Amino acid sequence: MEPFQRHKGLIYPLDRSNVDTDQIIPKQFLKRIERQGFGQFLFYHWRFHDDGTPREDFTLNDPKYKQATVLVAGENFGCGSSREHAPWAIQDYGFKVVIAPSFADIFYNNCFKNGILPIVLPKEQVNELLRQAEEESLQIEVDLIDQFVKSENGVKASFEIQPYHKNMLVNGWDEISVTLNYGEAIDRYEALHAK
Amino acid sequence: MGQPKTIIEKIWDQHVVHQEEDKPDLLYIDLHLVHEVTSPQAFEGLRMSSRKVRRPDRTYATMDHNVPTVHRNVIKDAVSKKQMETLESNCEEFGIRLADINHPDQGIVHVIGPELGLTQPGKTIVCGDSHTSTHGAFGSLAFGIGTSEVEHVLATQSLWQASPKTLQVKVDGVLGTGVTAKDLILAIIAKFGVRFGTGYVIEYTGEAIRYLSMEERMTICNMSIEAGARAGLISPDDKTVQYLKGKRYVPDGEEFGATADEWKALASDPGAVYDATVEIDATKVEPQVTWGTNPSQGVPVGAATPDPAALDDEQERDSVQRALDYMGLQANQSIQSIPIEHVFIGSCTNSRLSDLQKAAKIVKGGKVNENVRALVVPGSQTVKEQAEAEGLHTIFLTAGFEWRDAGCSMCLAMNDDIVPPGERCASTSNRNFEGRQGNGSRTHLVSPEMAAAAALEGYFVDVRKYAAAVGG
Repeated sequence: MEPFQRHKGLIYPLDRSNVDTDQIIPKQFLKRIERQGFGQFLFYHWRFHDDGTPREDFTLNDPKYKQATVLVAGENFGCGSSREHAPWAIQDYGFKVVIAPSFADIFYNNCFKNGILPIVLPKEQVNELLRQAEEESLQIEVDLIDQFVKSENGVKASFEIQPYHKNMLVNGWDEISVTLNYGEAIDRYEALHAK
Repeated sequence: MGQPKTIIEKIWDQHVVHQEEDKPDLLYIDLHLVHEVTSPQAFEGLRMSSRKVRRPDRTYATMDHNVPTVHRNVIKDAVSKKQMETLESNCEEFGIRLADINHPDQGIVHVIGPELGLTQPGKTIVCGDSHTSTHGAFGSLAFGIGTSEVEHVLATQSLWQASPKTLQVKVDGVLGTGVTAKDLILAIIAKFGVRFGTGYVIEYTGEAIRYLSMEERMTICNMSIEAGARAGLISPDDKTVQYLKGKRYVPDGEEFGATADEWKALASDPGAVYDATVEIDATKVEPQVTWGTNPSQGVPVGAATPDPAALDDEQERDSVQRALDYMGLQANQSIQSIPIEHVFIGSCTNSRLSDLQKAAKIVKGGKVNENVRALVVPGSQTVKEQAEAEGLHTIFLTAGFEWRDAGCSMCLAMNDDIVPPGERCASTSNRNFEGRQGNGSRTHLVSPEMAAAAALEGYFVDVRKYAAAVGG
């Protein structure tokens, strides 16, 4: 996995709460056995009409957000199904950071396995970012090392993250390789408890 | 005796492989359930790193999401077919037991786990599926994981997990006649919202929960994720022991007695402390119908849709309006004025034998409304066989229902069982998200009894009017 330390990019504001993973990546795309190539299906039914033409009423199709790499959304982002196809689609589309007042647990965990940084900020600050990014293009600086975000028009906030998650992203670790170093502890556990 | 503990703490403590500061715990996983949709990339990852499955004997696979529920050996969708073949070849390569489409044990992964006795109290259970919480009904710690974690468990039989906060959902009183476990969990989510369980493991306690059968408890725990909680469980008791006795993977003979004692000792100790507690009065719960696009957007069947104009919070107002628009409903519209075109009785929430028995009681002697297409999809081939032995299929077929083979089916419409755009379905499943049952589909979540009654009437009705069938 590619390490994540600092990032600067354009915000795409998605002012909706409870965005579920069925919306992020609809079920008809879960039949693929590959891990790549899901970005084209991101928010599929919000982005496209039934005939496949883009919907003008969905703002991700607005050219001004074409280069966006930071997704800002409402409460409980990523709720519902555990499908990791959701973070795969978000990452493959080009997003590196997701900012929301809260995330669903499984989605939040899945992000770290895919080099995406999910950031929880207070609702007021998220709303401020949403409002400003809807009005005009807004760049934001994200610093995982020092745990803060700073938008070009002055929203600055620090954020919390578990040291374990931070280390994984900062170093781009493969978690299985890390765990295999604990192979003896697992052997011992199995010898004692789980034959 | 030490500090009183919750069952959640007891199971956790028994499964910690390694603990150190500034890290989550490394938690041992007793049982890993696998299905075709969330596993191919995990197996591919193992192959690319030349890794093996550490404990194939603790891994069990089936096919459920994609499988056709009619003519099951003719899979028209080439991509679905490939995904199912991939599971077959992966299970063969890595030595994993598989209940494939022709296997008598095939079914929805959360139905067959308990049915086979793979699910047991005190176990840690994972699956690449958010409804893994279902298995918590047996007092196991069971939760959904992503595909990277599936790969991690295959390779290491463990997961890094931060110790969860505990949330008690206490349900006093007993449910009224015609009010089901499904109504209770929908009412809990309607009352406390879709994220009150986020970051927690829920334990359901109280008189109403003790009173529920094991299959009803599965319905409750199944929808914990719809409240935001990855896991929800219920302390084991005599009902748990009785249900599991004689199941294929449960110890038998003398060993069973000792095992059953261990199971019951896992129950939360009197005086155990939870990080949070919420309470609900079971006697006040009525049959529920969701009107919106998340599971908390539900009301009693006698009520009406909300009026966004009456809401103070702007985001909440927008969200309710958006949901009403998507669902093609007006503000303040009576639930019983909503006509439906489809009925789906099935899914990991409500497709077990008792669900079908209860629905059949309502259906018996009636006819499906001429505007309605109605499907019954048993949760497993075993459930199907048991139901047919009792003649339930005849009751459904005579009334005009379709009687299908086991699978996830119209819960998420990955196979051909789809609700067309703009059409409305009374569904016993767990999610009413936009497009869940097909692009543009409109889902109303209900109990099997309510779904059965809606099939006959073509509209939502209060199932309690079928007094004889619901025992009133």
